[in-house]
Amino acid sequence: MIGDLFTASVLIGIAGSGIRLATPYLYAALGETFGQRSGVFNLGVEGVMLMGAFSAYWATYESGNNLLIGILVALFVGVLMGLLTAFINVTLKAEQGISGIGIFMFGLGLSELLYQIAFKGERIPIKAFSRINIPLLSDIPVVGEIFFRQNLLVYVAFALVPVAWFVINRTTFGLKIRAVGQNPEAADAMGINVTRIRYATVTLGGMLAAVAGASLSIAQLNVFQQNMTAGQGFIAVALVYFGSWRPFGVMAGALLFSTVNALQLWVRTRGIDIPAEYASMAPYLLTILALVFASRRVDQPAALGKVFERGG
Amino acid sequence: MLLDVNPIDAYKALYEGAFGTKNAFAETLVKATPLLLVGIGICISFRAGVINIGGEGQMVIGALMGTALALQIPDAPAEVIIPLSLVVGFIGGAVWGALAGALKAYFNVNEILSTVMLNQIAIYTMNYLLNNTLIDPAQAQLASRIPQTARLSRAADLPRLWMPTRLHLGVVIAVVLAILVYILLWRTTLGYRIRAVGKSPRASRYAGINVKRYVVLSLLLSGGFAGLAGITQVLGVSHRMITDGSASGFTGSAGFNGIVAALFGKLHPIGAIPASILFGALLVGANQLQRTTQVPSAFVTTLNGIVLLFVVGSEIWTRRRARRRVAVVSSEPTPPARQTAVEAEPAK
Repeated sequence: MIGDLFTASVLIGIAGSGIRLATPYLYAALGETFGQRSGVFNLGVEGVMLMGAFSAYWATYESGNNLLIGILVALFVGVLMGLLTAFINVTLKAEQGISGIGIFMFGLGLSELLYQIAFKGERIPIKAFSRINIPLLSDIPVVGEIFFRQNLLVYVAFALVPVAWFVINRTTFGLKIRAVGQNPEAADAMGINVTRIRYATVTLGGMLAAVAGASLSIAQLNVFQQNMTAGQGFIAVALVYFGSWRPFGVMAGALLFSTVNALQLWVRTRGIDIPAEYASMAPYLLTILALVFASRRVDQPAALGKVFERGG
Repeated sequence: MLLDVNPIDAYKALYEGAFGTKNAFAETLVKATPLLLVGIGICISFRAGVINIGGEGQMVIGALMGTALALQIPDAPAEVIIPLSLVVGFIGGAVWGALAGALKAYFNVNEILSTVMLNQIAIYTMNYLLNNTLIDPAQAQLASRIPQTARLSRAADLPRLWMPTRLHLGVVIAVVLAILVYILLWRTTLGYRIRAVGKSPRASRYAGINVKRYVVLSLLLSGGFAGLAGITQVLGVSHRMITDGSASGFTGSAGFNGIVAALFGKLHPIGAIPASILFGALLVGANQLQRTTQVPSAFVTTLNGIVLLFVVGSEIWTRRRARRRVAVVSSEPTPPARQTAVEAEPAK
């Protein structure tokens, strides 16, 4: 049985689903990277993901399987959740670790509530995003199978990594984000509107988290179910630490986690003599280990999690 | 209204469900018990400036260890089996909490993230144990077996207080412990140090307090109370552990809702008592609401989320008002008000 692990087709299969499973982590963690770079620790990602997952699924279903409308509605819900998060954390200056749990519970409850109201507990699968084989590239042996036979949301997620890097490191907006995250007082003195920047990054984070959720409900599983994110949003927050607040680091972390996930799913389906529960535990143990190693780094945004109040 | 339900009917169902009858009121207290136990633990950790999101996992581990012990000594009398199980349940939760504490103190791992991960690990541990090692021998042979332990011996049942309702001794234990924790936090050196570490870790360090030790200790105690909440649920209500694959199936999300109750009680163990009863009423009332008006009970999770946001969001106004008061009394620049894990305000 263990020998099977090393056959090429299995490895390709695991790598391919690893790429696919990285998608929700990537969207959510890239969004969180923007927020944390501007100094806002947003733990509510999981709740926003659930809202995104539900709203995308609902809108797709209601619109007669129009996936574009599904995504747009998820984005809109992401904006609303982002604005709510920003209002609580930036305007009301709440303790960010706790308010995040509030957002999580709100999203967990509301997504389930709306699902019960709209579908009365019925599970109706939708026609989700299908695989797009990229011409020529998908024909390359091994590489093509792993990278170029994925759904649209996967391609967009990976395309966002260099975009996020560029925005953070090479644009004025990115400079302002970094300034606000490092030293909001100085940024404020320089005439940067700290509140506005943080609203922008947190709202962007909300949009990306909602798409992360949508990628689960309308690209991977084709249904919505209660608490379907199962902790992925929290792992995404940890991935930002793991990737030390850099988009490419975050991507590396997302890939590591999704590959472990793909591996544990494969182990479970093959009924190999490792209890399924141990395999399921692996990503969370790995997160803790990753946090231990990530904590040695010192490049955390100096103002992360701190409330900014203008000196009077 | 969105749910197409007359709000008056809804409130009435909620109230009747929670306080309408003797049985309803007892159920409210039964639901309030784990909330209060988790809540007083939360008071300790948050006062130490440590944010414990791991109540769910700590409840599960505490219940697992307490249950495993109780299953080992089925013939022991109640006077032995109950206190021993409670203590072991406390230890189970304490170990799970202290783990996050040690990670924070010695490896600088954000405790919010580590406790969330430990929750998941606890869930899978529970699923494994209830499917294998701890499974009810009667279930083990069945083809479609239910992942649950055997029923504990009758001697392990927490005494009922108010027949024929399900109200059990746990509620008394919880209230007594709330008072003890109040004394601990405000009347002992240990409590003073815990709060000092929460107010200002740096000042505490200069004052010779071993900050790391108190970070671990506060999470240990906090986890212990959650573990106690877990085992109390088993001994008092379910008399066996059973899983539906998620933590909330066993805990009823008390690990999270206890945070809401504690914050609502202003992080004061005594204040947590009425707050827990309020949220217990909400949970029981929600069941009634679902029965009579078909409003799903997920409504309560949503509501608790909003309450939590409202409570942490409103803190700024409390702080601002306090500062204004100080400013009126003396025209001195204000001292930094309240500092928790997050530095509350930059010094001016």
